[in-house]
Amino acid sequence: MSEKETKNGLLIHYQWCTGCHACEVAIKKILNLPVGKHGIKMLEHGPWEVTPGKFEWDYLPVPTQLVGSNPELAPGEDVKFAVKHCNAKCMEYGPLDELAKKAAELGNRVAIFTV
Amino acid sequence: MAMSKEWKTENEDGSITVRTSAWSPPGDHPVGYGMKLTVKGGKLIKVEGDEEHPISQGRLCVRNLTLADYVHHPSRILTPMKRKLEDRGKNKWTKISWDEAWDIIVPKIKEFKEKHGAESIIVFGGTGRQACIYYYPLGFASIGTPNVCYPLSGWSCYGPRCSITDYVLGAGYPEIDYAGFYEDRYDDPRFTLPELIVEWGKNALYSNPDGFFGHALIDMMKRGTKMIHIDPRITWLGTRCEEVCQLRPGTDSALGLGFLNVIINEELYDKDFVENWTYGFDELKERVQEYSPEKVAGITWVPADQIRRCARRMATAKPCSIQWGLATDENPNGVQMGHAILSLMAITGNLDVPGGVTIGPPAALLGKWRVETRRNLSEELWEKRIGAAEWPALSTAMATTHPDETLDTLESGKPYKLRMGWFNSSNFITPTCSAQPDRWYHALKSLEFNVVQDIFMTPTAMAFGDIFLPVSTFAEQDGVVVTHFGRNAVTLGPINEALRVGDTKSDIEVCIELGKKLHPDMWDYKDVPDFFTQQLEPELGVNFDKLREMGVFQPKYIYKKYEKGLLRGDGEPGFNTVTGMVELSSTLFEAWGDDALPYFKEPPYSPISTPELFKEYPLILTTGARKVTSFHSEHRQIAVLREIDPDPEVELHPSTAKTLGINHGDWVLLENMFGKAKLRAKVTPTIHPKVVHATHGWWFPEKDAEEPSLFGVWQSNINTLVPHKHIGKLGFGCPMKQMICKASRLDSFDSYNIEV
Ligand code: SF4
Ligand code: SF4
Repeated sequence: MSEKETKNGLLIHYQWCTGCHACEVAIKKILNLPVGKHGIKMLEHGPWEVTPGKFEWDYLPVPTQLVGSNPELAPGEDVKFAVKHCNAKCMEYGPLDELAKKAAELGNRVAIFTV
Repeated sequence: MAMSKEWKTENEDGSITVRTSAWSPPGDHPVGYGMKLTVKGGKLIKVEGDEEHPISQGRLCVRNLTLADYVHHPSRILTPMKRKLEDRGKNKWTKISWDEAWDIIVPKIKEFKEKHGAESIIVFGGTGRQACIYYYPLGFASIGTPNVCYPLSGWSCYGPRCSITDYVLGAGYPEIDYAGFYEDRYDDPRFTLPELIVEWGKNALYSNPDGFFGHALIDMMKRGTKMIHIDPRITWLGTRCEEVCQLRPGTDSALGLGFLNVIINEELYDKDFVENWTYGFDELKERVQEYSPEKVAGITWVPADQIRRCARRMATAKPCSIQWGLATDENPNGVQMGHAILSLMAITGNLDVPGGVTIGPPAALLGKWRVETRRNLSEELWEKRIGAAEWPALSTAMATTHPDETLDTLESGKPYKLRMGWFNSSNFITPTCSAQPDRWYHALKSLEFNVVQDIFMTPTAMAFGDIFLPVSTFAEQDGVVVTHFGRNAVTLGPINEALRVGDTKSDIEVCIELGKKLHPDMWDYKDVPDFFTQQLEPELGVNFDKLREMGVFQPKYIYKKYEKGLLRGDGEPGFNTVTGMVELSSTLFEAWGDDALPYFKEPPYSPISTPELFKEYPLILTTGARKVTSFHSEHRQIAVLREIDPDPEVELHPSTAKTLGINHGDWVLLENMFGKAKLRAKVTPTIHPKVVHATHGWWFPEKDAEEPSLFGVWQSNINTLVPHKHIGKLGFGCPMKQMICKASRLDSFDSYNIEV
């Protein structure tokens, strides 16, 4: 990858990630990956009880080293395909510095991955 | 922004991209997700969301993202097949042509009609797929029988809610206002964002219920909407809500009455609406005195102060919307639960206002034809509909047989013997739309001739089919998808054929083809597009080709229709009910022998109604919460989806699991006095220690197809634990979500075999 591309990132506002798996399946499809391999894998944290009746429970999709593995696609095309299908619209792909600004505005439960 | 006119484009590499609106099969509800399907050399090579679609905006669920895996699945059935009667249950099928299939089917139908009357033929329909619109005309107008059956005990899906709404509001289905009627959605000035949404007995995120795009909830929460979830489980959605009322399964109507008690006694209701547009407020006021928050807390496990807090919030949030779920239907006390919820919507002034609860007109969009197909049946024949006379509250609103009476008829041969079955997209011996599927299984064996219409070989088809007719997926057909099956038409979209794999036909094609052979006067359509044009033009003024170019049709919504005389046939203001008002006290419920007002009744089996049995079966069993990876019994053969959800699952609280010696991931046997099922333990603190939740729809396409295995259909069949005919007074509802059971650890899945 060129210098410029490595400056892109994937922001997840996981306050709203519903665990719908669409990003995971979308990228698997566009990368032609079989069962057992993922371009993005959605992880689940929790549920565990913080205080009685109040739970910590988050889903967080994590990009893998297979992002960019389909030579037929333009750089970033696979991640964008996942982002477009995100049902909660809680993913964003773009330059890292812009995403960092965005994250600061969004507040809690935001993660940025370099992709 | 209107969608572009082009719906079919040729790409540089010779592939074709077709814009379409998703429905089923593969199953989903009629959301009509905007999709683009790219086809090359007879293969779907790309499946993606359409950004231009006003509701889905490019998003897709995993079932649609794996559409190509489904369409091109190696075990899909692609030609009609026949099997000898003595080979039922055996994998001994012979491929035939459609003509050959018709040559067997048509004379059989004629013979049954002549010898035993058309009523000896019964059509079974499944849930949610397109077939649930077409199985009625298939029965009434193509075959000519009055017996069309949705086999779920108490008709416990959607039908009860529609019927209650019809009787109490005289309107179509009530739905959250999610600005779906507007091209620019939430930004449209006519729309107001709900301040509060109450999600009751439902988790729309994963079910897209009845065509509501579930993630609209997230869209609205991001804009500031707050939510209350009423559910026996704390769900992920619950963790994003202001409150979760974690109630005892099946006690919803008590909770509703508790909320009404607070709102009425604290005079928080909309006085103007109550005075001008409701009937029976004083009676309701008197009734709710029996349901103080303290008493309701004892019944429901929801603390009294939380009941007060939530009731006040519902009454003072403006606007507030309530979305009721399948839990309303799957409850023998569900009519009362629904009545209480509609009363809450009404007296808080949230009916038919921006950001509140939208209601459809009394007649379903495109429903006219469906109703009219009944004119093919004589009065005399129509009166033979099974269970119709005994259950008027059901048979007035629903055009089907009574499901429980139908099983009784199959078992007893009374009032007459059923001889031929047509299973249209209904795989109901798997734990889907029947209670005690094992009983249905034995009873259905008495049928002399069966046609099964489906995509894959299913346990039901393997057990009963004599003829198998292969259905095409929505990627392979022309059609129309309308939210709420037309009962609250937020959007209407064209389904455009992108390809055709094998020799398959859509439900409407089968209706037309068979209809032309048996009742040609009912089927005066050139082809499928002509059929849809004839449906669309009179009501909407567009033909099918125009709809294809529009991409989506959003009918205009008018708020406060009751003020403008738009709900009643006579054009007078008010609601289309007996009294012309929202009936807080129901004239019809009383006329049919039930209480006119909502009340709470204990579930048929519970710690309170059957304390002795509860000692032996000390857990409350609730079933059927949806997974994104399947639609009821579908998708179990799609590897990518099965990777995500490989097994049937039972949720247990850590303390319960510990007492029983069950670890996360263990196989567990659930059993009660009616049946047994094996599921994998998911140990989670989000469920109450006294409650377990089991997923439904399970069979195993990878297991032995033949009898007695039938793809392992009896191994994880949770509906065998739910009894037949434990229904409400009006004939609706069944205890799918409030049974009792016990749980024990199994060494492995194979260490215990379940036989029926
Ligand atoms: S598509 Fe969006 S909401 Fe769904 S799992 Fe991925 S990030 Fe979460
Ligand atoms: S059971 Fe649920 S998903 Fe199925 S048709 Fe009924 S409401 Fe829809």
